[in-house]
Amino acid sequence: MKYAARRIVMLLVTMVIVSLLAFAAFDLISGSPAEIMLGTQATPERVAELEAQLGLDRPFPVRYAAWLAGFFTGDLGTSYSYSQPVWELVAPKVGVTLCLSLLSFALIAVVSIPLGLWASRRSGGPLDAAGTVIDQFLMAVPPFFTGILLSWVFSITLHWFVHGQFPDLAAEPAGALQYLFFAAVAIAIPRIAMTVRMLRSTIQGEMRKDYVRTAISRGNDRAGVLRHHVLRNALVPVVTFLAQTMAEIVAAGVVVEQVFAIPGLGRLLVASISNRDYPVVQAIVVILAFWVVLAGAAADIANQRIDPRLRLGGAS
Amino acid sequence: MKRRAMNGYLLAGLVLSGFMAALILLGLVWTPYDPDALMTGAKLEGPTLAHLLGTDSFGRDIFSRVLRGAGTTFLIALSTVAVGAVCGTAAGAVTGYFGGVLDEALMRLCDALTAFPSILLALVLISILGPGNKYNVVIALGMVFIPSFARVTRTAFAALRDVNYVKSARLMGASSGRILVRQILPNTMQVLLPAMTIGFNNAVLAEASMSYLGIGVTPPDASLGYMLSEAQGMLASAPWYALGTGGAIVLLIFGVGLIGEGLQRRGGEVA
Repeated sequence: MKYAARRIVMLLVTMVIVSLLAFAAFDLISGSPAEIMLGTQATPERVAELEAQLGLDRPFPVRYAAWLAGFFTGDLGTSYSYSQPVWELVAPKVGVTLCLSLLSFALIAVVSIPLGLWASRRSGGPLDAAGTVIDQFLMAVPPFFTGILLSWVFSITLHWFVHGQFPDLAAEPAGALQYLFFAAVAIAIPRIAMTVRMLRSTIQGEMRKDYVRTAISRGNDRAGVLRHHVLRNALVPVVTFLAQTMAEIVAAGVVVEQVFAIPGLGRLLVASISNRDYPVVQAIVVILAFWVVLAGAAADIANQRIDPRLRLGGAS
Repeated sequence: MKRRAMNGYLLAGLVLSGFMAALILLGLVWTPYDPDALMTGAKLEGPTLAHLLGTDSFGRDIFSRVLRGAGTTFLIALSTVAVGAVCGTAAGAVTGYFGGVLDEALMRLCDALTAFPSILLALVLISILGPGNKYNVVIALGMVFIPSFARVTRTAFAALRDVNYVKSARLMGASSGRILVRQILPNTMQVLLPAMTIGFNNAVLAEASMSYLGIGVTPPDASLGYMLSEAQGMLASAPWYALGTGGAIVLLIFGVGLIGEGLQRRGGEVA
């Protein structure tokens, strides 16, 4: 428990650093939001007036603290291009993106772990080589291309879902999840290939260790050793790897949301970047980064439950 | 395991990548049709001998467009890897060789940065630099790839800091710069080369993604990513456009991926 508490403190520190970087970066470049909002009507007096109204004349630490507090109070400023509170734009999309990334994650875990175990049975030989080539090929297919192919096959040809008509997540959860499933498959395929590859090399490395030879020489069968000894030891790097996968899922999700016209954070992010709508970009980047950092912390805590040796090792 | 200069993966990867590179080089000097010329044949024509990948809804020759687009993607990926590898290796060499506080600080920063999805970071950078410009794409992606190269080379340089041939060079009075470049750098190629293949593939993927989203390379420059977003609109009437364009990306990444696999196996390390 002590470890978990320490890891959560570390998590909070990381989040503060991340948000500070995001805030500072955009604060530095975006110029005066008041000037942008006023556009051609910007006179020095009106800019100063609006800046005072928006609280932009306050010093940097005060503005940062106020902005950070906004994640809890729901006040993240006003979007330049929609003239709407950022929170109102962002909040309804968080659920969609979280669903998509969790669905992709579940798909990766459920498919790649059994597949990786199966693939690790063979080491060397033509089947192993074929597996490697298939892995490399699947890793080469960009998720947005898979997404386009999936929507061609399942939407345009088979009419299993209507591309561009995303059902409301709250009103029609089953339909929405079905729609998200296709996007999740597109995101998952290259990651499954990577995870299988990683799992196979971890297990094969583990199987060469002395304790496995000892266990087998004492009359245990290979499958039993794999299940009772090897799997537990191989699990730690796999959990770490899967947590890193969350970062990749989030990144791929940004693009795939566009492919399937899913109204999530990624789509809003891309639109906001094109419009140079910095308050929205800032908020979304921080939310996505928080999500990734959170996954990393969860993995560390899980690993420490799996492998008691890590409890002594401490923070790393 | 005995080290061999060549293996099946490396050979297959080199052949495939060589073929792609030859096509791209050809595309820089000659394409069957002008990639932007309208009505080179019938609209939305399927693949034929005259139009290897068919035509789009404006009657433009898709094969010519893919050649031109792949060229842009290829050049951007190469420049990105060059920026990332040179800056990253320099940072990794200095911090790994000298160690100290700077080393600690830079590595913690790298840890924080590599934890982020690279495309997300690139999107942030591109929104700061200004979207829709190919030079900004190179700068943004190059910067994003610096930390991963720095980490890989730092480890290698730190490991080789005190081996005997470096010590003897130091005793012979070689300067630090000379030791870094002449003694250690050639010996880090075993990790640097596979890292470069991975970096290249990530760069292709990131550039194509950003251009697909309309914030990377935009017309008049051709790019496979942007073409895919065009192709998506014609998916029902001309699926070969998406297949040809996406297929080119896949072959580009697949070939270099096989080279990376081959290089890693040659190094005796199966990752």
